[in-house]
Amino acid sequence: MAGANMKDIRRRIKSVESTMQITKAMELVASSKLRKAKERVEKARPFFDILYKSMIEIAYSNKDFSSVYTKERPIEKVGIIVIAGDRGLAGGYNANIMKFALAKAQEKDTLIIPIGKKVGEFYAKRGFEVYNTGFATVEELGLDETAEIAQMAANLFKTGEIDELYIAYTKFISVLSQEPQMRKVLPLKFYDLADDMNIDIKSMSTTEFEPSANDVFERIVPQYLGGEIYGSVVESYASEQGARRTAMENASDNADAIIEDLNLKFNRARQAAITQEITEIVSGAQALQ
Amino acid sequence: MAEFHLQIVTPEGLKYDGNVENIILRTLNGDIGILKGHIGYVTAIDSGKVKIKIDGKDKFGAASEGFIKVGKEITTLVCTTFEWADEIDTERAQKALDGAESKLAEGSDDKEHIAIYKARKKRAKVRLAVAEQK
Repeated sequence: MAGANMKDIRRRIKSVESTMQITKAMELVASSKLRKAKERVEKARPFFDILYKSMIEIAYSNKDFSSVYTKERPIEKVGIIVIAGDRGLAGGYNANIMKFALAKAQEKDTLIIPIGKKVGEFYAKRGFEVYNTGFATVEELGLDETAEIAQMAANLFKTGEIDELYIAYTKFISVLSQEPQMRKVLPLKFYDLADDMNIDIKSMSTTEFEPSANDVFERIVPQYLGGEIYGSVVESYASEQGARRTAMENASDNADAIIEDLNLKFNRARQAAITQEITEIVSGAQALQ
Repeated sequence: MAEFHLQIVTPEGLKYDGNVENIILRTLNGDIGILKGHIGYVTAIDSGKVKIKIDGKDKFGAASEGFIKVGKEITTLVCTTFEWADEIDTERAQKALDGAESKLAEGSDDKEHIAIYKARKKRAKVRLAVAEQK
């Protein structure tokens, strides 16, 4: 009986060990992806600042400025770009962001623009209208692709299909903590921010715009949006890797604890088997005397 | 030749930051060239070939949609992607071109999607053309 028990324990130790190998490997992969994603986040920053500043400059230096992208209108339908992952095993990463955006989506008639494999599935199952971007996964998204999604979103807004556009993404705070967030991107509202950006309106007033300031502005907006989406995707991606790393680290630790426990049990079983054998031999020998 | 300060900014970082002699690029209304002392100027650019003269030598790059802002001190080219001729992944561009063409051949009732595929095709073509001018 003890022998069979030992065999079972040995088999379990082996199985836990191989699981641990997988979680360890995933942890390492996530760490290296995380490092790269963090670099991408840093690199994208100046682009935003310049784009943002240029838009404000254009808006401020032209008295007859008007754009469909800055006009508020009654809200009938909301668009939300929800960014999550393609795969699970990342702790609460996917569930957190999707549930977070769900609350907003339930307030009004909503169109979901999904980024990441998990997102479309989640909202379609709950009866939401899901826009088809033509991109199935987050991993295939580079700059060209996010720019295309931005173009689609800008068109939806321009044609009145949606009256507001939000981005729901996961902010990367640290490897241990990531936070779901939602940001309104359309209609654009930056007038209240302009003061602390130190804009040189004087030099802008002599600037020539071709074909016109409004035209340039309307061309920049989808780009700005593309940059916003790219930035959010990169940030979410970093969060995903961080969440996965932590989840896998915990899993590896747990596996370690289980193995330790099983080893103890295994040794006990072994000792019990030996003790039993000795008892049997001794009592056998006594019976012979 | 007189030089001016040019910055090329993309979400992947600063692609160039330094002095150049001139830059020729494609705007919505045709090609323009910019030299030192240009008036303050802002225009949207189309995806296309960019020719930049640095130290008397022409360098080529592929830019996607964006805008250029000529200021007193500094000229900034802001675009979603910018690649120098020797950085272009021709395999990827070829794949994008084929993909876009097959999508266009399929046809769609959605005008916006057609426009996006056309733009994708154009970017791929620009990249392939620029890649040949290393």
